[in-house]
Amino acid sequence: MSWVATIGLETHVQLRTESKMFCACSTGFGAAPNSHVCPVCLGYPGAMPVLNRKAVELTVRSGLMLGCDIPFYSKFDRKSYFYPDMPKNYQISQYDQPLCEGGGVDIVLEGQARRIALTRIHLEEDVGKSMHFRSSSGVDFNRAGVPLMEIVSDPDMHTPEEAIAYLTALKQILLYAEVSDCNLEEGNMRSDVNISIAREGATELGTKAEIKNMNTFRGVQSALRYEIARQIDVLEEGGRIVQETRRWDPDAEMTSSMRTKEDAHDYRYFPEPDLMPVVLTEAQIAAWRATLPEPPAARRERMVSEYGIPEYDAGVLAADKRVGDFFEAVARASGNGKAASNWIMTEMLRLLGDQEMEISDVRVTPEALAGLIGLVDSGALNSNSAKEVFAELFAHGGDPKAVVEAKGLTQVSDSGAIETFVQQAIDANPQSIEDFRNGKTQAAKFLVGQVMRLSKGKANPQMVGEMIERLLSSDD
Amino acid sequence: MADEVKSGPEGIDTAYVANLARMVVSDEEVARFQPQLEQVVKYVAKLQELDVSGIEPTSHAQPLTNVLREDGVREGLTNDQVMANAPASSEGQFLVPKIVE
Amino acid sequence: MSLDADGALAQAEEADRKRAAGEEASLLGIPVAIKDVLNVTGQPCTCGSQILQGYVAPYDATAIAKLRAAGAVFVGRTNMDEFAMGGTTENSSFQVTRNPHDLDCVPGGSSGGSAAAVGGGIALAALGSDTGGSIRQPASFCGCVGLKPTYGRISRYGLTAFASSLDQIGPMTHDVRDAAILLEAMAGVDPMDSTSVDQSVPVYTAALSGDLKGMTLGLPQEYFVEGVDPEVEAAVRAAVERCRELGAEIREVSLPHTEYAIATYYVIATAEASANLARFDGVRYGSRAEGGTDPIDMYGKTRAQGFGEEVKRRIILGTYVLSSGYHDAYYLTGQKVRTLIRCDFEQAFETCDAILTPVSPTAAYKIGEKINDPLQMYLGDMFTATVNLAGNCGLAVPCGKTSTGLPIGLQVIGPDFGEAQVLRVGHAYEQSEAAS
Repeated sequence: MSWVATIGLETHVQLRTESKMFCACSTGFGAAPNSHVCPVCLGYPGAMPVLNRKAVELTVRSGLMLGCDIPFYSKFDRKSYFYPDMPKNYQISQYDQPLCEGGGVDIVLEGQARRIALTRIHLEEDVGKSMHFRSSSGVDFNRAGVPLMEIVSDPDMHTPEEAIAYLTALKQILLYAEVSDCNLEEGNMRSDVNISIAREGATELGTKAEIKNMNTFRGVQSALRYEIARQIDVLEEGGRIVQETRRWDPDAEMTSSMRTKEDAHDYRYFPEPDLMPVVLTEAQIAAWRATLPEPPAARRERMVSEYGIPEYDAGVLAADKRVGDFFEAVARASGNGKAASNWIMTEMLRLLGDQEMEISDVRVTPEALAGLIGLVDSGALNSNSAKEVFAELFAHGGDPKAVVEAKGLTQVSDSGAIETFVQQAIDANPQSIEDFRNGKTQAAKFLVGQVMRLSKGKANPQMVGEMIERLLSSDD
Repeated sequence: MADEVKSGPEGIDTAYVANLARMVVSDEEVARFQPQLEQVVKYVAKLQELDVSGIEPTSHAQPLTNVLREDGVREGLTNDQVMANAPASSEGQFLVPKIVE
Repeated sequence: MSLDADGALAQAEEADRKRAAGEEASLLGIPVAIKDVLNVTGQPCTCGSQILQGYVAPYDATAIAKLRAAGAVFVGRTNMDEFAMGGTTENSSFQVTRNPHDLDCVPGGSSGGSAAAVGGGIALAALGSDTGGSIRQPASFCGCVGLKPTYGRISRYGLTAFASSLDQIGPMTHDVRDAAILLEAMAGVDPMDSTSVDQSVPVYTAALSGDLKGMTLGLPQEYFVEGVDPEVEAAVRAAVERCRELGAEIREVSLPHTEYAIATYYVIATAEASANLARFDGVRYGSRAEGGTDPIDMYGKTRAQGFGEEVKRRIILGTYVLSSGYHDAYYLTGQKVRTLIRCDFEQAFETCDAILTPVSPTAAYKIGEKINDPLQMYLGDMFTATVNLAGNCGLAVPCGKTSTGLPIGLQVIGPDFGEAQVLRVGHAYEQSEAAS
């Protein structure tokens, strides 16, 4: 009989706020240790928290994007445990009345669509960061008090691939909602993974292990693969899984048990007396809902039908909201969705990748790219020249017409001028005529190439082809 | 969560609870505190005489809601200021005995 | 506790300069002693505890900042029970504070240092903090006026928390008018304290009419019960009569859940304290025990060494009532009974403007007398802790002395934000006593 894994994720996402959750210290990354601190986030005697409105708004916004219920009443609680990176030795979190409940994340895996159910989203404060030296550890509280939302999934996934699809889709949605930078390198999105194994068909879940604090998707995947195999091994050898917290060691590629203190966690939750409850109105929630962007999945479908582009292209373009926005701006301005998609997929994303640039840094504007597409569509520019113009626009920005003129790339569509080039090419290559008459059709293509060279690429290639065909045939 | 506290006469185990609160208590202290705390717990248990079903708990003395601040950065303390209060520090960080996980 | 002579002199000189320049401020040059639980920039704030040895506050509590702006001079810090836990100031880890009316007696607590300084004539005024009676009871023991304002009336920002949902800062003064002036200077909403209430601050001194005409005062039967010292009861009843003579109508009221107040108080206060005091761990400030092998070991030793007995007892009790398996039976039930106690007051204030009670069942007692009987000590908070649980305000005013010369206190309890009423009652009574 085979085994089935059950996976649930708790993902901590740093919210995009300027200041911390309960004080006015900066959330900026990479500052000198203990330089973004104050009596509040250091847990000084007498200091008190005051809730950041933006953190509440961004959490609710996330909940709305993820289809959660937003209860009208929500409160904060103290969760007690001692750790050097915890300034107050309790964390302000939400216990039984979080800001968001339920909801789900749509994933597509191997062509199959399904929805991973969410349990809840709550708002809490981050802890500090410790660094380990030889005989002591150092603690930096810059991160302490940074607002995090914890997105808790149901134990609703069964393979590492599903977990990755979930995280990928979740990240995409959060980026769409503009609630977090989701910068994994800066620890903006960290996951705890719960995993258990049971016999296929069993009605009860197995004993779960928790793997803490992974900040890469690949880490989650590797850790899950390892842990599933480990638990199956233990069970097949007749052993038992102990409920415990494990740590993923990315270098050793294995999980190991974290030292568990004799007293299991007793967090002693109770309502935070220093903070008042959050009470939302229907009108407030509706106002926030009205500002939500279209979710990525809906956008993909719409892009296919509205612009007539392939599903694959829609998937690539909608993956990043900013790319999708860029595409739609070009498609609308040019009236040519397919061309817009082709330019962005084949040229722009390639150049961005090569140069390790973000789309937000790009110099070419959607209007310029739409103008370029217009020049090609009207026959004023051939595709080779257009690529040259695009490269120029990508490197320096500017107006496509101006670039075309500056580079003298305007396509020659005047039949007299083209005929002159064609005659020159035929005169210089009499052998080609012979070949053509002997049935070698590529001789015509050779002549087209010669004409393009003589015209420095400016001749309208379609007209050149037709003219050569006609001239060679008429001499017959 | 499992009920892990061992039951004394009035259900309080001084040494166990002190450890939850991260305080070392000596045997002498346990011997002194245990009967005192038992007496207090026994007294406090009189709350169970009351029927509180249907009564909402009070967490705050004043019924305020939505006390929020706008998102904005203000200068906090300098590193020198906070290190001046630190029992042990090095290079701008608070030092603690090595954390063993 | 500590004396900031240079700082006080500098402040006083500044006040003199301002006065010479014709500037006006309500407290210009007035010296105020500060309980060692409030943060004042550049000063230590030990809270009577070894664990805060070495800590120097880098910021002003809001109440301090407001007094500073009004021109007050901070002369020094007063002794207290460690982290405001106690009713005698015997729990200070630094020194003994004695009652100025009998040096063998306790000054009360936890604001015993402030009460002794004012009652003994050393200070003109002082600040205390009151979680279960810590302003009113020592004021009563030392024969001075003490006000516990309505929860949310004065910002708690910068007040080292004992029990966050119960704590309030308040004035301790020679007379009611001074208390009104200090209250007015400190009251008001504070963006740094989410629990402070946005209610306009009246001119409290304007309420001090000197009579009680048209007022109805309630007398709760539950506060005149067995266990109240006969001399205390007689003095309070005499004060009630005086109030009647001043024009007040006296009527019986009932606060039926009073007998559950101490149980409720010790559950909620210790639960909150167990979390509030978790931050004292020797990492960021304060003292640290030597020889910790890892952080957990270091915490255990630091907290064992840094906290005194009463604080340890209460942390253990508070941790216990929140712990798995006991949370609902104790903590949650306590919160529900708190609702009942609050309703008691709401109902009582439908029929009266203020309530008169003793502050404490007894006058001051001998140093050492109750130190080994925590429960007996806790029961002394019976008449004051109810007010913290309900969140309204209470004023202690001297109302005579025992046969051995120890002061007795009358408590005037008002509804939420009823400070003007209780000050009016206290003032009228005080003035008529002074005149008689």
